[in-house]
Amino acid sequence: MSDNTPILELKNVDKSFGPIDVLHDISLKVRAGEVLCLLGDNGAGKSTLIKTLAGVHKPTRGTILMDGEPVEFSGPRDAQEKGISTVHQFGGTFPLMSIGRSFFVGVEPTRGWGPFKVYDRKTANEIAVKAVQDFGITRIDDGDRLVGGLSGGERQSLAIARAVHFGARVLILDEPTAALGVKQAAHVLRIVNEAKRRGLAVIFITHQVMHAMAVGDHFAVLIRGAIAADFRRGEKTREEITDLMAGGETMADLEAQIETYMQSHEGQPPPPAQ
Amino acid sequence: MNTRNSVLASSVPSGGESIKVTIGQFSRRPEAGSLLGLIAVFVFFALVGGKVFLSPAGYASWLNVAAEIGIVALPVGLLMIAGDMDLSIGAVIPAASLTVAIISGHYGLPEIVGISAGLGIGLLVGFFNGYLVNRTGVPSLIVTIGSMFGVMGLTLGLTVLIAGSTGVSLVPGPTIKAILGDFVGGMFQVTIFWWLLFVAAFFQLLHVSPVGNWIFALGGDKVSARNAGIPTERLTVALYMLSGFCAAFVGVSQVLVYQSAQVLAGQSFIFNSIMCVVIGGVLLTGGAGSVVGIVLGTLTFAIVNQGIYFTGIDPNLGSVIIGALLLVAVMMNDKFRLMAMSYATKKKK
Repeated sequence: MSDNTPILELKNVDKSFGPIDVLHDISLKVRAGEVLCLLGDNGAGKSTLIKTLAGVHKPTRGTILMDGEPVEFSGPRDAQEKGISTVHQFGGTFPLMSIGRSFFVGVEPTRGWGPFKVYDRKTANEIAVKAVQDFGITRIDDGDRLVGGLSGGERQSLAIARAVHFGARVLILDEPTAALGVKQAAHVLRIVNEAKRRGLAVIFITHQVMHAMAVGDHFAVLIRGAIAADFRRGEKTREEITDLMAGGETMADLEAQIETYMQSHEGQPPPPAQ
Repeated sequence: MNTRNSVLASSVPSGGESIKVTIGQFSRRPEAGSLLGLIAVFVFFALVGGKVFLSPAGYASWLNVAAEIGIVALPVGLLMIAGDMDLSIGAVIPAASLTVAIISGHYGLPEIVGISAGLGIGLLVGFFNGYLVNRTGVPSLIVTIGSMFGVMGLTLGLTVLIAGSTGVSLVPGPTIKAILGDFVGGMFQVTIFWWLLFVAAFFQLLHVSPVGNWIFALGGDKVSARNAGIPTERLTVALYMLSGFCAAFVGVSQVLVYQSAQVLAGQSFIFNSIMCVVIGGVLLTGGAGSVVGIVLGTLTFAIVNQGIYFTGIDPNLGSVIIGALLLVAVMMNDKFRLMAMSYATKKKK
């Protein structure tokens, strides 16, 4: 695999549910050690795009390539086995399960054989705690703690560490910072950088431009199911990106309207809408 | 999350005073609240009920009740941990009883045939429930209310059609009677020992085997569980079949103990089993609970249910006590659950 071959690439992907077109002609690529930020307002088709990448939906048209080879995912499990892991907004974890147990859900380490297989709590806890600490979350040191007792950022970190531990090469982070405070969000962004340093391809979905600018190498803005802009780090300012997300022209229109109003009303701004 | 774990965990040095850690570990266990409830209820009836309550006959009276409900409460509890309900058990119990009574009593076929058919009916209803819950996406509460009425109607209709009445009697042979329907020491139903066996098997399943983790995950977050590769649909069907099987087992043992089967015999089990499970600290919405808790909840329920007869209190007030107990138990369990979470966070700050 040369450095230039993207790990994951979408080529002209369309997705429609019956007569409703949700995604049009999406082309994206993400390489190892690179963070692709996918920006978009609510309803822009982000969730559908994530689900298509994660094998939940099959594209209606177009191809998905992994390491340059076309692939088809039979389901989320298949995508995961091929190295694509999705971490959802709330970490996709189980608040009332212990850290060790939730880390190994579905792939529990066992001792013994046949019907006498025993869930190996000690190994599970040790591995889980080590995996999280390797990501710099040293506050987690007891695998018996309940996930619900962790902060939002720690839960995200746990979920990311889990994905990496189980061999993820592409990490899809669905609004990981949306529900977090400033400090916690910074925490998660550090984890994203760490994942990137380890050579993972990260797809970071967000509508917070600040967070995207902090870690992104490559940006794509999604509007009404199509890619409205595609640019690299440093090519656009924060204001430009925000404008793009809000539908660019609409914002400019609004500003022009206010301008006209103020000119005709002796510099008074328009009264707030009732 | 379970007894075995917690016992091991207390041997791990985790800093702080050891007594504090033990209390913390205790409060983390889902059965913490139900243990306190059981002790309170037992002490109350031991004081009010006096010597008779503490005599072997006293123990037998509530253990017999506990065993029958307990065998059903275990799978109902597992289903609740997995985020589902099963009300159809109330119809499966008499359906299994009558199947045995009709096949082996009315038609006089070998008991093993009747018992196999009775247990088979439980598995069949369970499969049907699980399949419908998966296929339709209708809440399991509704699905199993539907199957409860369906099975009850069929049982009633077929029994009247075949036997001409709503009760069928059966005189079991000595071997089968000894295995499933006897009284040990003249008063302890053999069902109590079967219950212990079921408890051990369910403990193994939920807390020791890796499948237990799947059940917790299924109830915690179904979508995440499926994405993690857990065969959620097969697991749901298996849990319903387990529940149908256990209900049928109680039905079979009832007909062998009482030597007759009645169409409406299982009704009380529906709410009673749910109450045992909830008093035992299982979260109604799924994701948390333990087998030890379910057993403690069952014992608590049975003691109140029977203990009231040993006191001078009007037996009708027993229902009031059970109702109040249920509310207190749920509130206490919520409190303990919050403690379990916040305890862990504070420790490291």
